[in-house]
Amino acid sequence: MARISVQTENFDIATEIAGLTAGRTDIGGLGCFVGIVRDEKPSASRGGAIRALTLEHYPAMTLRAIGRIAEEAERRWSLLGCTVIHRVGRMVPGENIVLVLTAAAHRQAALDSTAFLIDWLKTKAPFWKREELPDGQGVWVEPKEADDAAAARW
Amino acid sequence: MPRSLTILYFAWLRERIGVSEEILSPPDDVRTVADLVAWLAGLDERHAMAFKNRATVRCAINQEFADPAAILRAGDEVAFFPPVTGG
Repeated sequence: MARISVQTENFDIATEIAGLTAGRTDIGGLGCFVGIVRDEKPSASRGGAIRALTLEHYPAMTLRAIGRIAEEAERRWSLLGCTVIHRVGRMVPGENIVLVLTAAAHRQAALDSTAFLIDWLKTKAPFWKREELPDGQGVWVEPKEADDAAAARW
Repeated sequence: MPRSLTILYFAWLRERIGVSEEILSPPDDVRTVADLVAWLAGLDERHAMAFKNRATVRCAINQEFADPAAILRAGDEVAFFPPVTGG
């Protein structure tokens, strides 16, 4: 059973890893992905860097959607543990957005399931990012074709 | 029997329509998600703007992703939103 949380506050990666591995000797490897708010260089098309990112979600659907993706990962890779934490609300560049942790007997399952989870979260969980530009203007982030392609490979 | 639906909007659909939720009773010939979108787009200018480019609108019925051909039932929670961009 995966630990899933959607929250406004930051998470502590070491605490989450400890929670997954405490008291266990069957885990041979952990996979970890941390998504971070990235500042972008000003460009002609964007006009400026990002001042902040606001994540909106569909609360009644989000936990269920993530739960289903996590169950799929647990089943496909016989995971021994799985943690997904996704933040919502306003975040500035450098802040954590999302954490995916998986525990498995062997490295390949841990690494592949981590990539699968973040690829599917990006395309199948109801979150929307809005960028706040330095002039105060807000822009909804467009979906990327590369994200769909990444999700489709699984 | 009037068939009422709870309709939710997220991200730029919410901004264009101006509300995050509305309870509406579409006419009986509105059977599918595609029918509902066509009916909503005809309500007023704000809805027309929001549903102008239907290829960019996704739908969920009772918190599950749904196709345009999905059938609606009385009391359903129907959500409209752009393609997701989390992670």
